[in-house]
Amino acid sequence: MTSTADKGDAASRARDLLGVGRLTNAALTTWLHGLPGVDQVGCEARAAALGTRSIKTTAKAWAIDAAISMIDLTTLEGSDTHDKVRSLCGKALVPDPTDATTPRPAAICVYGDMVATAKKALGDSGIRVASVATAFPSGRASMRVRLADTRDGVQAGADEIDMVIDRGAFLSGRYLEVFDQIAAVREACLRADGSSAHLKVIMETGELATYDNVRRASYLSMLAGGHFIKTSTGKVSPAATLPVTLVMLEAVRDWRELTGTQVGVKPAGGIRTSKDALKYLVMVSEVAGDDWLDPDWFRFGASSLLNDLLLQRQKLRTGAYSGADYVTID
Amino acid sequence: MSPTATRGPTPGTSASQANSRVDVRKTYKLYIGGAFPRSESGRSYAVHGAGGRGTPRFLANAAQGSRKDARDAVVAARGAVTGWAGATAYNRGQVLYRVAEVMEGRADQFAGEVAAAEGLTTARARVVVSAAIDRWVWYAGWTDKVAQVLGAVNPVAGPFFDISAPEPTGVVAVLAPQASSLLGLVSVVAPAIATGNTVVVVASELRPLPAVALAEALATSDVPGGVVNILTGVTAEMAPWLASHRDVNAIDLAGAANATGVSWGDLEAAGAENLKRVLRPAGTGTVAVEPDWTLTPDLSRIRAFLETKTVWHPKGR
Repeated sequence: MTSTADKGDAASRARDLLGVGRLTNAALTTWLHGLPGVDQVGCEARAAALGTRSIKTTAKAWAIDAAISMIDLTTLEGSDTHDKVRSLCGKALVPDPTDATTPRPAAICVYGDMVATAKKALGDSGIRVASVATAFPSGRASMRVRLADTRDGVQAGADEIDMVIDRGAFLSGRYLEVFDQIAAVREACLRADGSSAHLKVIMETGELATYDNVRRASYLSMLAGGHFIKTSTGKVSPAATLPVTLVMLEAVRDWRELTGTQVGVKPAGGIRTSKDALKYLVMVSEVAGDDWLDPDWFRFGASSLLNDLLLQRQKLRTGAYSGADYVTID
Repeated sequence: MSPTATRGPTPGTSASQANSRVDVRKTYKLYIGGAFPRSESGRSYAVHGAGGRGTPRFLANAAQGSRKDARDAVVAARGAVTGWAGATAYNRGQVLYRVAEVMEGRADQFAGEVAAAEGLTTARARVVVSAAIDRWVWYAGWTDKVAQVLGAVNPVAGPFFDISAPEPTGVVAVLAPQASSLLGLVSVVAPAIATGNTVVVVASELRPLPAVALAEALATSDVPGGVVNILTGVTAEMAPWLASHRDVNAIDLAGAANATGVSWGDLEAAGAENLKRVLRPAGTGTVAVEPDWTLTPDLSRIRAFLETKTVWHPKGR
């Protein structure tokens, strides 16, 4: 069966990488704790320094458009309705009705039961549908339920699955358990035709307490086969921060050196202004490299960010400051 | 010897002590969103006293606001609209009256600022300050009476109550008068905020210090942060950005009179882009003049920044 082979792949790749005959929790612990520690002060200083870059005129115009095309336009509320998701899809299809040159965001990110609605609304526009799964946002459900949640989303047509890791298991040092779970969800992302939905692994960095843990969780997620590593659910504060994203960008850069596999990064939650978004783009370019400046490899999980980018875009176009009356409320 | 020594010793201290006192030199800041930030540009400019003989006396440094400060001020003003417009008219009246109270307590400071800025004698400055305080009280009284005077129950040919009620227009950019640095300023700010608008004020370019003092009074009264935002600096630099700003609902061009490099016609044209309400400066033709602010006002400045909401309510049983 393909699925077990795939899971076997992840395990055997991990065994090769770790240089062990059997993948045990001890082996994973040794490997993860052998990663160099993160210099907290240095990391935060570098993130702050990169945030002071001045991006103007044509570079700013490019960055705003790039940022828009990297957005996973998100609605993850208990009060979501099918109509709200449809209107959000409408916004993704035509972000700014006053300017047809505005790029579209990369994806719509919704709960699993909204996937079919979003899929239908977006049609063949090329905008992808991401579904959060595995008992998002806490992840506190049995593995059986989490896998069923994932399969549900994939069957409904989701192009991408955003899973949450079991932070409890991770923080108690049960790395093998987390590894197995990610690998199992990755397996559940397989479609009947053999293709696979892209898997984004949400580490919920706000609950991981230290940058060392963020680095370890990043490596563990990549080892288990995640296509993307994502900071947060957006339900926990702090959500995405520049230093955390810096650690993750270093991880994906080093991971490609190590294995040849490129993994994407998605900061999510708390990114609301164009200024913030531009800081992230500077960091992507400086830390990971321009290869990541692409919607396939870098995403913003955001909802209100799009409107702020549109306002900035209008300002560049008209030369006058714009206001909330000139963008749609989603 | 030095002219700055006038603010030096209290009576009784010896001359040697007096000379050793280090001057507290003032560099004032902007007032945005209830806070006192420096200009994002980092600039400031020297403010000199008016009148007198010989070289103008240096008073203090004021922050030289930039277009980005104006932008930030509009964001703060926009954020304050909901709360301020949503407050009861009675409450707004109390808050405006409270400003008068705070100013009354600091009347000496205001008189000093006005005297230095406008070149008035202390006695004349006191009259101006009293007039400015009275102006707050005058508009405070109007807050919960405007709807009765400017609203209406309209006769309509059908079984409906038809009610027109005045509502604040939103964010108002105000170019404060250039000459009357306190009374003129209060005379343009108070009517705009009395009805629930929030304002971004560009203070008098050459006489900004009374506006700074007013900001300090506002910050310690009950006016919520963001309702009044005061920018000091070059009027011609900030005014066009406020006039073209699409998130500004109205602009008061009173301060275009005698402002260097400001053409109020251009500002009105820029404001037309988003259908701003524009209150033209006094004067005829293209010539803007500053009116006599000591005259008792009428409702025109209140009315200029109001929208009318009309509701049809069925009369059936």
